[in-house]
Amino acid sequence: MDGLLPDLDVIRKDFPILERTLDGGHKLVYLDSANTSQKPQVVIDAMVDHLERHNANIARAMHQLGAESTAAFEGARDKVAAFLNAPSRDEVIFTKNASEALNLVARTVPLGPGDRVVITEMEHHSNIVPWQLATERTGAELRWFGITDDGELDLSNIDELLVPGTKVVALTWVSNMLGTINPVAEIARRAHEVGAVVVLDASQAAPQLPIDVQAVDADFVAFTGHKVTGPTGIGVLWGRSELLNAYPPFLGGGEMIATVTMEKSTWAPIPHKFEAGTPPIVEAVGLGAALDYLSHIGLDAIHAHEVAITRYLLAGLASVSGVSVLGPLDAARRGGAVSFELAGVHPHDVAQLLDSRGIAVRAGHHCAKPAHRRFGVQASTRASSYLYTEPAEIDALIDGLEYTKSYFKVG
Amino acid sequence: MDLDSLYQEIILDHYRTPHHAGLREPFEAEVHHVNPTCGDEVTLRVHLDGVTVVDVSYAAEGCSISQASASVMTDLVIGKPLPEALEAHAAFLELMQGKGQVEPDEDVLEDGIAFAGVAKFPARVKCALLSWMAFKDAALQAQGVSS
Repeated sequence: MDGLLPDLDVIRKDFPILERTLDGGHKLVYLDSANTSQKPQVVIDAMVDHLERHNANIARAMHQLGAESTAAFEGARDKVAAFLNAPSRDEVIFTKNASEALNLVARTVPLGPGDRVVITEMEHHSNIVPWQLATERTGAELRWFGITDDGELDLSNIDELLVPGTKVVALTWVSNMLGTINPVAEIARRAHEVGAVVVLDASQAAPQLPIDVQAVDADFVAFTGHKVTGPTGIGVLWGRSELLNAYPPFLGGGEMIATVTMEKSTWAPIPHKFEAGTPPIVEAVGLGAALDYLSHIGLDAIHAHEVAITRYLLAGLASVSGVSVLGPLDAARRGGAVSFELAGVHPHDVAQLLDSRGIAVRAGHHCAKPAHRRFGVQASTRASSYLYTEPAEIDALIDGLEYTKSYFKVG
Repeated sequence: MDLDSLYQEIILDHYRTPHHAGLREPFEAEVHHVNPTCGDEVTLRVHLDGVTVVDVSYAAEGCSISQASASVMTDLVIGKPLPEALEAHAAFLELMQGKGQVEPDEDVLEDGIAFAGVAKFPARVKCALLSWMAFKDAALQAQGVSS
């Protein structure tokens, strides 16, 4: 199969969990990577090594371990900056996840009555709810791009949506439900013409596409560690220095101050201004190791692998009568998360039947209820691949779907 | 995991042919319950006459377990005095929260005993409880209206 990672067998051995045998003696078939990715041994080892040998609080401990821990944490920031092609490492802010990163922007960007925030109907709830809260709090107006029948963003009314007074355009780079890859650079260009700040949710993009924040010309980019083979508990917000310097702090506390008196405080320079309290140190170390791992394999090669596997998955799903895919059908124009319906069987029941054969998928609304509603669907089943996914796992899924149909006596 | 202990034939029968489905009048209370983790939804109405549960009608969207559970629940509570219906609710709740260790009483739960296997699948317990929780909520509201 063209496009697969050449050393796929070797890569699979990097992920110890792929050796797991589940209840009933079934070999794990993990097709839930858009939910969270599995972790390679190098990430696990980096975190264990840090906890075993270098653990100390950062930036304030005047001893050797403190220096080592600080160096490891700040080293992770350098790795993130390189991964994003950020102009400055100080523009990389560690958060606990992508949701917190998006909330950070929504809580600090200046908004008021008469201002407009534009999002899209295909957002994850984490890029909808913070903007609902922000516009309700400030009196700004919330508008959104719709979705076409093919699962692409409907940009036909872009002139009407992006008008002077639009202060924020926030959208996902790759849809977690439909898989759609959005034309973010083009939308950023249009948004900047009206003076809006562009916020990209790269949670699904960062695992599988080369991310260059300068090339797409965004103002903020958020992603989460656990979907890029890193640990949970760590996310990233990249933002332009001039904006981060201008915005007020998000959370107050230790480490984010320059000085504190009982009357008032002044703020530390970025990134620390936005990192109140002891950060997730070992998680940052794990994220750094994960980005090293992905960069070593190469995001272009990972993307090619995802396209090849997704094409194979889409062909497999097309062979099962009663299956209908939600989202673009061209593997080259979409990410590796494929949501679908199976006529006559609810997604929970599909997932349960697949689980009984060791196949892990996600069932439900995938935190994208509006996108489901757009297609008149309450819930769907989602299979999502990653760099360790092999064609045999797609075969197992397709066999599992046929088994599901026979179990429920449909089709 | 033993799939057949989850998907008992009784459950699949109720799923394919749900009893008492649809929204009807009259009713004293209507509630809308959702399972936020998966999006299953039920709109449910209760009609009381004195203490008797005269009708429970519903529109539900969800998996086989949640749909079948609504169907079985209506069979159990319609026509019963409310206290007896709430006893069935308590017995079903105990069964679902029993991690598979509770022996169900067929005299109380009738077809509901088929859900004993669901208790061994923690992710599905909420599916089975959705309509029961909606019934209790609506019944207590209806009781408040009529008293």
